[in-house]
Amino acid sequence: MAIVSRGFHGRRPTAGHRLPPGQYETHDFPVLSAGPTPRVPRDEWTFTVTTETGARHTWDWARFTALPTQEPTVDLHCVTKWSKFGTHWSGVSLDELLADVATAADFALVHCYGGYTTNLPLADLLDGRAWIAHGYDGGDLPAEHGGPARLLVPHLYLWKSAKWVRGIELRTEDEPGFWESAGYHDYGDPWREQRYQGD
Amino acid sequence: MDPGTGAGMAAGTRTRELPLRWRAAELSARRTESRSAETLVLRVPGWPGHLPGQHVDVRLTAEDGYSTQRSYSVASAPDGDRVELTVQRVDDGEVSPYLADVFSPGDLVEVRGPVGGWFVWRPREQAEPVLLVAGGSGIVPLMAMVRVRTALGSRVPFRLLYSVREPADRLYAAELDRGAPGLDTTLLYTRTAPPGAGRAAGRLTPQDLVAWGWPPDFEPAVYVCGPTGFVEAAAAFLVGLGHAPERIRTERFGPTGG
Repeated sequence: MAIVSRGFHGRRPTAGHRLPPGQYETHDFPVLSAGPTPRVPRDEWTFTVTTETGARHTWDWARFTALPTQEPTVDLHCVTKWSKFGTHWSGVSLDELLADVATAADFALVHCYGGYTTNLPLADLLDGRAWIAHGYDGGDLPAEHGGPARLLVPHLYLWKSAKWVRGIELRTEDEPGFWESAGYHDYGDPWREQRYQGD
Repeated sequence: MDPGTGAGMAAGTRTRELPLRWRAAELSARRTESRSAETLVLRVPGWPGHLPGQHVDVRLTAEDGYSTQRSYSVASAPDGDRVELTVQRVDDGEVSPYLADVFSPGDLVEVRGPVGGWFVWRPREQAEPVLLVAGGSGIVPLMAMVRVRTALGSRVPFRLLYSVREPADRLYAAELDRGAPGLDTTLLYTRTAPPGAGRAAGRLTPQDLVAWGWPPDFEPAVYVCGPTGFVEAAAAFLVGLGHAPERIRTERFGPTGG
């Protein structure tokens, strides 16, 4: 039997949307990060995929933005409890970026300008479920939201959608990232409420 | 800085694999901190203790089974099963008006935690000076650090820069006025400064951080907490003044969280 908070009524999400357990809907776009916002000029920005054999595949801004762009509209779920429905992004699918990468790895460790890392299974980056996003809501991606470019993996809690992304390391063994080393879940499925280790 | 290896930005080693349990928490008392902020004194049987800066998840369940959660920083130093949260009322919020105005002694919520291993002060491992930069209700987790320092009799030098719109918005005013040896507190009023204030009202500037913070060569641990705009500005000023980014830890208190 759940513990009821006497006199609490609460709100329900906008009709037509479903909230993962424990989440609430917000209409603004909160910013979360662990340290100062890195300022990365586009002409110095690169994105590198490194495989388990050490092979490197690097894109600079011009090569990256010359790739086919998709415009996903997705819901965001942050482990700090807010969810935002119907956000509009532009970016390059990881399917595109990984198409010519030969790997037998099962895991990815994402690296960012500023030192942030996060880990997830490689499979979650594929099949149209993940992008390197460089635009938000019709404009450039603002630095506080991860610009020039960030990972976007909307089916997992938003800390997996690493801001200021600079590379993805493909690994045969899982390696916990920044928040994952501090007690947060390795996978982070909002629908299974995998917020913390052991959830 | 070597972002490739994440050097200098490790949140901590893995110590916990067990699920974080939900625990019943009963309101034992409340204190009004300002026009819009209330401190809730909760009794949480089985509370395992916490580090200053950590937060808890609070779960509220309505009669019909609907439930929602919010995160709140712990305001108090560890003290048995007593946990204090300070809630800023967001007028159109779903949860904070309930917690600030309706939730009464004897009523229950559920909490789990403590959560977060990055925005924390570890008094047994950190000997360097500490700089706390608070904007508005961002003072809450920083106050926990101040209180732990006092509770332990720590002599680590602390400087607190606390930005509020006007005097009536200050939280923990009497406690901070009493102060503690080795804790220097500077109030920065952004809209209305009280008579006799040594600084004209205005937003945080780099000069404020030079005048009342620590020089970068002291290599302080810096904790910045407040609304996004405040945190973005303060962190950028600190980097501009020469503080190493990996020594600046940030946490945001947005208008959401209502």
